[in-house]
Amino acid sequence: MVGIFFGIVLVKSEAVSWYRIFEMFKFQSFHMYGIIGSAVTLGIIGLFFIKRFKVKSIEGNPIALAPKNKSIARYILGGTIFGLGWALAGACPGPMYILIGAGVFPILIVIAAAMLGTFAYGLVREKLPH
Amino acid sequence: MEYLLQPWPWFVSGPLIAIILLTLVYFGKTFGMSSNLRTLCTLSGAGKYATFFQFDWKAQRWNLVMVLGAIVGGFIATQFLSDGTPIQLSEETITDLAEMNFNAAGHTLLPNEIYGWNAVLTFKGMCILIIAGFLVGFGTRYAGGCTSGHAITGLSNLQLPSLIAVIGFFIGGLIMTHFILPLLF
Repeated sequence: MVGIFFGIVLVKSEAVSWYRIFEMFKFQSFHMYGIIGSAVTLGIIGLFFIKRFKVKSIEGNPIALAPKNKSIARYILGGTIFGLGWALAGACPGPMYILIGAGVFPILIVIAAAMLGTFAYGLVREKLPH
Repeated sequence: MEYLLQPWPWFVSGPLIAIILLTLVYFGKTFGMSSNLRTLCTLSGAGKYATFFQFDWKAQRWNLVMVLGAIVGGFIATQFLSDGTPIQLSEETITDLAEMNFNAAGHTLLPNEIYGWNAVLTFKGMCILIIAGFLVGFGTRYAGGCTSGHAITGLSNLQLPSLIAVIGFFIGGLIMTHFILPLLF
């Protein structure tokens, strides 16, 4: 259900559009910054209250997001590689699946290549700076 | 209903994405779509080649369901919740795209110059999709997350690594958009 909702929101917000990503990286519209900015602002407030009042998850466990490992190299290098692909494909890993549903079947090539990229990372992982 | 069919403004979409994030957190999950690429690799037998893919993929089943939902959501939104309004891109964007020979900017969800079969079935077009996908898949795992995991979830959780990753996303994205795309088109 959450997935369906996610798919609908990203299509209706046009965040799945290559054009919107291009426009964002050209700093020519507030649209994408508005989406991400308002999502993050409300996310910060929501998570703050969850932590402040120690809200438990539906299964009764304490809610805690696993902290990411400390490193600079992997985030800058990995992030830059990701950014190059994101701006070229105009789609990140969420929208890729949504676009199948939208009937854009060439995106399957991008998804297959992304799996290959993830596979390649798994192979060379030990040799990369983390 | 009319408002439902038109494109949704950012101040509607952004908060809805925050609700998705918080709902998943409430269900004890973490919003992160790129992890599915690793799961799909494991399901394809990648565990034989690298220990990175030897993990309990069943714990990620909910996320694969999320993928199926996203596909269905994409179908519903385009088939039943769209009135064909072109994307309201800024004038500068349309002009810049026209200089790269991208016509009819915003009339389709994705440019035919990249995703139309005529483009896809050329050597150059095929290379573009494969290289783009490969970079996304490699980069997202190296960085430990993508837009949903780092930019939305990580920044909401005020994590410094996610801020560094998002800066990386922009370094890569700006290089591609400003320097490489104009060379390609």
